Amino acid sequence: MSYSKPEFKEKYGNFINGKFVDPVGGEYFDNTSPIDNSHIAKYPRSQKEDVDNAVAAANAAKDAWGNTSATERATLLNKVADIIEANLEEFAIMETCDNGKPIRETINADIPLSVDHWRYFAAVIRAEEGSATELDEHTLSMNIKEPLGVVAQIIPWNFPLLMLSWKLPPALAAGNCVVLKPAEQTPSTATLLMEKIAEVFPPGVVNVIHGFGPEAGKPLASHSKVNKVAFTGETTTGQLIMQYASKNLNPVTMELGGKSPNIFFNSVMDEDDAFLDKAIEGAVLFAFNQGEVCTCPSRLLVQEDIYDKFMERVIARTKAIIQDNPYDSSTMVGAQASNDQYEKILSYINIGKEEGAKVLIGGEACKLEGDLSNGFYVQPTILEGHNKMRVFQEEIFGPVVAVTKFKDEAEALEIANDTLYGLGAGVWTRDAHQLYQIPRAIKAGRVWVNCYHAYPAHAPFGGYKKSGFGRENHLMMMNYYRQTKNMLISYDKNKLGFF
Amino acid sequence: MKVERVAITEDAIKIVKQLQEKYGELIFHQSGGCCDGSSPMIFEKGEMYLDDSDIFLGELSGVKYYMNQDQFEYWKHTHLTIGITKGRGSSFSLEIPLGIRFIIHSRILTDEENKILNG
Repeated sequence: MSYSKPEFKEKYGNFINGKFVDPVGGEYFDNTSPIDNSHIAKYPRSQKEDVDNAVAAANAAKDAWGNTSATERATLLNKVADIIEANLEEFAIMETCDNGKPIRETINADIPLSVDHWRYFAAVIRAEEGSATELDEHTLSMNIKEPLGVVAQIIPWNFPLLMLSWKLPPALAAGNCVVLKPAEQTPSTATLLMEKIAEVFPPGVVNVIHGFGPEAGKPLASHSKVNKVAFTGETTTGQLIMQYASKNLNPVTMELGGKSPNIFFNSVMDEDDAFLDKAIEGAVLFAFNQGEVCTCPSRLLVQEDIYDKFMERVIARTKAIIQDNPYDSSTMVGAQASNDQYEKILSYINIGKEEGAKVLIGGEACKLEGDLSNGFYVQPTILEGHNKMRVFQEEIFGPVVAVTKFKDEAEALEIANDTLYGLGAGVWTRDAHQLYQIPRAIKAGRVWVNCYHAYPAHAPFGGYKKSGFGRENHLMMMNYYRQTKNMLISYDKNKLGFF
Repeated sequence: MKVERVAITEDAIKIVKQLQEKYGELIFHQSGGCCDGSSPMIFEKGEMYLDDSDIFLGELSGVKYYMNQDQFEYWKHTHLTIGITKGRGSSFSLEIPLGIRFIIHSRILTDEENKILNG
């Protein structure tokens, strides 16, 4: 089945205080589709004044919203989920257009998962409770969880609606008002969502601001009337946001990427069965979402005694990937999200070759026909080398995996942990001891064991080391969006006797 | 022969000059991690807190270029050239509103360069 580019308006506004408004300065930027580099629509090039307006609207709404019942907030979160679900295809086509990812991914992963995250947090606030402890017979310590107030959220372009749906629901469920800035490469589905849910929340509870990082992102991240900043992106911007937060003494959560190892022990090849087939697919998942995933399994570690046979099958499976028009539902790998991303990936493949890495497959741009020749396509690429090479140490954010061998468990762990980052990892084995001990020894926040690239709500996700901190997709995220009010109550009628 | 770790293309110098006129003194900082990671970012001097953990790589068109020491350990065997490409990164880097991005092109240091720079 094949879809086509959806219809867009000529231009869109910021969503502030429950309605769409033009940017104060009247400036817009052109958004384009990486599929064929064609124009999509104009989006606001917001400045500090627009951010101020959004933050003011959120502040005006925060007291009333913070006092709504959990029942009411849960009902509204579920309403959003229902609306996304009822318009799943429309969201999916728009996401594919804006980001370049294949339609089979947006229809089967991005959008349904987004729906589920809204529902998960709606459920969480109905089930969780505060706590109370009787400290002695007259004294009760009661803990009430209160929202922080106004939260700023800055999200990336690799999963536009899904990243929004990781960030917005816990903040809103906790009783905060939010100002969210989508990435300037992918403003479309956040805008579509605001169109569809404009009436769901009271004005000011959810606000969406578009624009460039230095002009809109920085004023938002450093705003003195914001109580918390949540960011997904890279390390330099992460450091800057933490600096701004330190001025405001604000808490932050950071998700800053990784260079995730995907480790295959020799027992995976003990049988030629369904599990081996799953493992081969697990190795090829580096190409999922064009490699534009913070947890892309971009370092492939294979035990030396199965290396040749295993890699033969991985290469064959990679060769079978269909890279074509992202609107076509048989397409498995689509376009990179932007020209600069495309150039960066090719530059990395080049440095890999310079460093002596061997190209096992791919290694070049992918040239497609017709309008698609203007898009940004890179062939799924496997580079063979060693862990000190830069292609093993830096998040390329493209369909590129760097593969190396290891001798034994000790060497697998040494290589796996020789990285600045610690977001994700994969471990594949039929050995029951390895299944537990290897994941425990890997310094990363998420270790997939005999699977990879699953992101269900209800399983906490976040980084070790330079990959950041905070745990999303789980009820523990709620505590990053609120503070604890302790009420210490005395039921004793008698005075202390000091004065 | 003067041996350098970093260089900059003529196109990129033009953009740097344009930004210097608008903002004054600037620095480059090399990012890592996901999304726009691995891109060089340009900020007003003083915007970013720098200390001994930031390695000074060289000065390009009056702009000092820094990288975190942990990252430097993995990069120090390579020579970096800052160029530009069309595009729209999402970070706080000052060139983004111009519709272009700074980009890094790398090559391996020659044995002689490596000896001089890394001992």
